[in-house]
Amino acid sequence: MTDVLLRVEALTVAAGAATLVGGISFTVGREKLAIVGESGSGKSLTARAIIGLLPPGVRRTGGRIALGDRILTTTGWQGVRGRRIGFVPQDPKYALNPAHRIGRQVEEALVLHSRLSAGERRERALDMLHRVGFPDPQRAYRAYPGEVSGGMGQRAMIAAMVIAGPDLLIADEPTSALDHALRDQILDLLGGLTDDTGMGLVLISHDLRQVARFADRVLVMQRGILVDRLDAGALAQAGHPYTRALWRAHPSAASYGTRLPEAIEETLQP
Amino acid sequence: MLNTASETSSTIRVASRWFGFSRWRGAGTAVVRWLGSVALTLFGLVLVTFAMTRLSPVDPVLQLVGDHASASTYAAARLELGLDRPLAVQFGRYLVRVGHGDLGQASSTGQPVAADIARTFSATLELATVAIVIGAASGLALGIIAAMRSGGIIDAAARIVSLVGYSIPIFWLGLLFLLLFYARLHWAPGPGRLDVLYQYTLRPVTGFALIDTALSGTAGAFRSAVAHLVLPALVLALYALAGITRLSRGAVLEQLGQEYVLTARAKGAGPWRVVFVHVLPNVTGPLLTIVALAYASLLEGAVLTETVFAWPGIGRYLTVALFAGDTAAILGATLTIGSAFILLNSLTDLAVARTGRGRDR
Repeated sequence: MTDVLLRVEALTVAAGAATLVGGISFTVGREKLAIVGESGSGKSLTARAIIGLLPPGVRRTGGRIALGDRILTTTGWQGVRGRRIGFVPQDPKYALNPAHRIGRQVEEALVLHSRLSAGERRERALDMLHRVGFPDPQRAYRAYPGEVSGGMGQRAMIAAMVIAGPDLLIADEPTSALDHALRDQILDLLGGLTDDTGMGLVLISHDLRQVARFADRVLVMQRGILVDRLDAGALAQAGHPYTRALWRAHPSAASYGTRLPEAIEETLQP
Repeated sequence: MLNTASETSSTIRVASRWFGFSRWRGAGTAVVRWLGSVALTLFGLVLVTFAMTRLSPVDPVLQLVGDHASASTYAAARLELGLDRPLAVQFGRYLVRVGHGDLGQASSTGQPVAADIARTFSATLELATVAIVIGAASGLALGIIAAMRSGGIIDAAARIVSLVGYSIPIFWLGLLFLLLFYARLHWAPGPGRLDVLYQYTLRPVTGFALIDTALSGTAGAFRSAVAHLVLPALVLALYALAGITRLSRGAVLEQLGQEYVLTARAKGAGPWRVVFVHVLPNVTGPLLTIVALAYASLLEGAVLTETVFAWPGIGRYLTVALFAGDTAAILGATLTIGSAFILLNSLTDLAVARTGRGRDR
């Protein structure tokens, strides 16, 4: 937490005339930072803007993003993506290439960003697969994504994104496509890797209980702006009404698909 | 005994692995099933062509003996042809003859049908192959680039080209090409497959003009063969390109929206690497099918194009036979075209299965 890895200043993201992220500023150090909010709050777009992979039609319209001493513009991602910033998407079922063996996908960042020989890459990939929890890395190396479970697929995805030793890892709801029982395992893996390598982690999530247990700091987003920032341990006693409402809104099967309760509407009043 | 059995099974295993059935269990049966389905389809084709002889109004006996033959000659010929036997027996005999490569005598050319077809089909095969190579290479390239730059200038150009290829009758385009490049500019030679100079001196070794002229060592013969091939091949290639461009653009564009493409970009892969390393392996199946179907439609013999360019191919042979009521020639040509279609499609299915091995669950 001593040194700042990523500095975001007044970031705005828009689709046409609609402003989706309205000028947010924050920094990320060697820590686990969570960004939480409802669907549509702009938390995923913030994450995707950092790595320059906004969806078609959505553009970064302003602000400044600095990774260490490098300013990230909207072009020129050479040596940044995959090398200095990793990105773990939501669902490994779609995010892994069905036509490539897992070993090849884990190695790819090394193919793109290192001069290692094929043998060295393979060794590093096997080592990485072992670290993320494959009991038999050789077999995982040869497997196609369709041959492993969702949890193992997400482990392979994390291996592929961490292998090149990035300064920063962005995980966009990395557990929401997985079974409940697996979620903590994947988070523990991410947390362990973050601590071991000294990289920074930005976790996008809508599950505040999960975040309270896992993260160091929390940013709360609502309608494209940051409304609250606090230590994860303080979530249960949050002072801001929106954060409190999010904390109280415990998602369940009964509330699935409905809006958050009235407490949130109050905070929407200017 | 045991030894031979295990040797056979290991041969099947090697073959089946090549064909993409990575799991040994069921691999042998998969190959056998494939062969069985090809055989069954071919049998069906022979059955249908045989039925055509029964349904056609042409009397094969009259065709053989002529209108003025006596009743006794007619009866003898009928007996000779075996037409007095039950249908099942006739079909059995037909099957055996076809199996031996005997397709009968063509009344229009006075030659064995098998010899006629060997000559004409190789002409069509040569033209179609050159056309599909040009059409597939340019069509795939255009389709892929159009997908990468969707909404851009190349995309618009690709759309216009495929619209033109689809909507303009290709024989008319062929006529225009002849008018421009042969009659006006004198860049290309006229219709036909070779200059008259070489046409009757060339020894047909393979039946493919390009190969035979190259083998002949006669100066100018090969160039003549190439020059004659260019215009019809380009016209047919444009026709193939139209469909290939449109479908390959769609297939690639759909894949570019997939999440794994985002992952590849997040790793730092550039646009070309994304398309060629990540997307193409996921669309080889559809792309192969698109190209194979275009090739098959060219092999059916582009009758009008062959007529315009006086190309001695199977399409033209079939048309001439149809107007002459030459049953044996019609059947032989139909059988050949049908078999080529079946074989090509079955091979494509096998290749598609091979590209999808190990990953589709």
